[in-house]
Amino acid sequence: MFNKDRWKEILEVLTSNWFRTVLTAFGVFWGILILIILLAAGKGLENGIKQDFSGVATNTMFMWTQSTTMAYQGLPEGRNFNFKLEDVDLIKRNVPNLRIVSPRNALRSQSGVDNVFYGTESGSYRVFGDYPEIIFQNSMYTAHGRFLNHNDIAKKRKVIVIGDGIRKDLYEEGEEVLGTYLKIQGVNFMVVGTYKEKSSNGGNQNAERQIYVPFTAFSQAFNRADNVGWMAITAKDGNSISNLKEDVINTVKQSRKVHPDDERAIGFFDLYEEYNKIESLFTAMRWIAIIVGTLVLISGVIGISNIMLIVVKERTKEIGIRRALGEDPWSIKKQILMESIFLTIISGMFGIICGTLFIYGVNTLLDSVGPVDMFLNPSVSVGVVTAALITLILSGLLAGFIPAQSAIKVRPIDALRTE
Amino acid sequence: MIEIKDLHKSYKMGSNSLHVLKGINFSVEEGELVAIMGSSGSGKSTLLNILGMLDGADSGEYNLDNVPIKDLNETKAAQYRNKFLGFVFQSFNLINYKSAVENVALPLYYQKVNRKVRQEKALKYLEQVGLREWATHLPSELSGGQKQRVAIARAMAAEPKVLLADEPTGALDSKTSYEVMDLIQKINDAGNTILVVTHEEDIAHMCKRIVHLKDGVIVEDKKIEQVRAEQYV
Repeated sequence: MFNKDRWKEILEVLTSNWFRTVLTAFGVFWGILILIILLAAGKGLENGIKQDFSGVATNTMFMWTQSTTMAYQGLPEGRNFNFKLEDVDLIKRNVPNLRIVSPRNALRSQSGVDNVFYGTESGSYRVFGDYPEIIFQNSMYTAHGRFLNHNDIAKKRKVIVIGDGIRKDLYEEGEEVLGTYLKIQGVNFMVVGTYKEKSSNGGNQNAERQIYVPFTAFSQAFNRADNVGWMAITAKDGNSISNLKEDVINTVKQSRKVHPDDERAIGFFDLYEEYNKIESLFTAMRWIAIIVGTLVLISGVIGISNIMLIVVKERTKEIGIRRALGEDPWSIKKQILMESIFLTIISGMFGIICGTLFIYGVNTLLDSVGPVDMFLNPSVSVGVVTAALITLILSGLLAGFIPAQSAIKVRPIDALRTE
Repeated sequence: MIEIKDLHKSYKMGSNSLHVLKGINFSVEEGELVAIMGSSGSGKSTLLNILGMLDGADSGEYNLDNVPIKDLNETKAAQYRNKFLGFVFQSFNLINYKSAVENVALPLYYQKVNRKVRQEKALKYLEQVGLREWATHLPSELSGGQKQRVAIARAMAAEPKVLLADEPTGALDSKTSYEVMDLIQKINDAGNTILVVTHEEDIAHMCKRIVHLKDGVIVEDKKIEQVRAEQYV
């Protein structure tokens, strides 16, 4: 392996026709470059999309009421109904393995009509009535002050947590926000904290323009009694909400006197299922990248194999001489194989280096122009690069195999006869 | 040194086969210098190839230094060639991207002699053929006679039992031919066994024994008075 003479010979052979060697190497170089760029681009897209999910509890479903479509227990079809606060406890009791059941209410904000006032400033924002646990389900964190707590709920405190976007809209730069009052539809609430989005370096600014009110205070202030607008339900880790969803819906159907077969009375959105769809989309994309890249790589490897065949043909006489001088056929085979592997690895390494530089360049560009929607930090893992290297060694071996075989098939006497 | 009994060889040419060697009986003692003569098609090259283990015989016996040469696989044949035989070809057959000294060192490399010893030995043999100062030159920078002398040095480097020369002067003018023959005679003087295939009378007469082949059989085998090549150089 580390025989100086052998390596000297490999270099002599490969450098004896520079242009041809470079052209041949280009095939493998190109294959591995495309493989790496495709994988990195896929990863960039994946990172970009997944960023929108960052901090969101993806094992979550949302559930709301619609109108019934079947008569049941003396109640007519077409009936509108609401979830009640007691349903939350009922769900928690009936369906084990749920981590968080958050009842939620919201004020309908009409666009263009301001519903929140601070001094002379005003704006139109979405206002939610929520339990403190909502912070674990949405992708937000407390930037300043505090978030809602259970005392707020119990004492029906009229306090709010506002998004950082609202602070920018309504307040002066550097103005103290905590302890100020915002008037929401005629009711004053004290600001106790601000929050920020975990994933807000995209164009997701609207998410930081929401207001969170303690659920109980919200119900009282805006006359919701014990109605619940919708629920956000997260399963415990290790349990899929998609599997628990049926139980949850059946529980509320029963408590709200909805016909068990009424499919349309309760609407829901299974975030986990959607997330999994995206996940499998990326898996598919990764496979496409791998397959396309590998196919291009294969054509490069075939190129190498082809050239090695030509080299063997050209060196038929030389091989004959060597065998007449007593070289072991195995040694000749090894020589051809090593030439092929060497060429493959060198050109592949060069491809990997260029691919990495390319990705580095794209990342630098992305950093300098600021965040781009749905694309973030394209990269390939060390594992992928290692796998690519192993593939290269194997394909070099494969590329050299047929030529090496044909080299030792040459009988010295025939080889010497070729003038 | 070499013993051959009833050697037959035929080549298949499509449907009909060509019987090239039709029962050769022949032996060579150590230290002999034998010329194998014959017109083209007489089977002399085939005989040399079989002697050189480059080709196998169909039937018959072949003993080289009391080792029966039979049913060799390529690996074994390569080993025997390396150990027993040195080849000199009409077209020199030097490896053109290797310098003279590397060419000479090649058989030693296959014997897995270490690098330093290899280099020393190769230089010693180049010195013997008078080309020491050409050691680092590529074959393309050498004249025909010089190339053949490098080839002879290469053949000698492995210290073989028998040196086989296939038309060693075939590609050379007569003056150079005599120089090469002079070298071959001197190597023979040192006790080496040498077989030379040639169709040139004057070259044949510089050997000690002439074997005439015709149509696959030996028609004449005689010892002769050796003509020294020195006087023509």
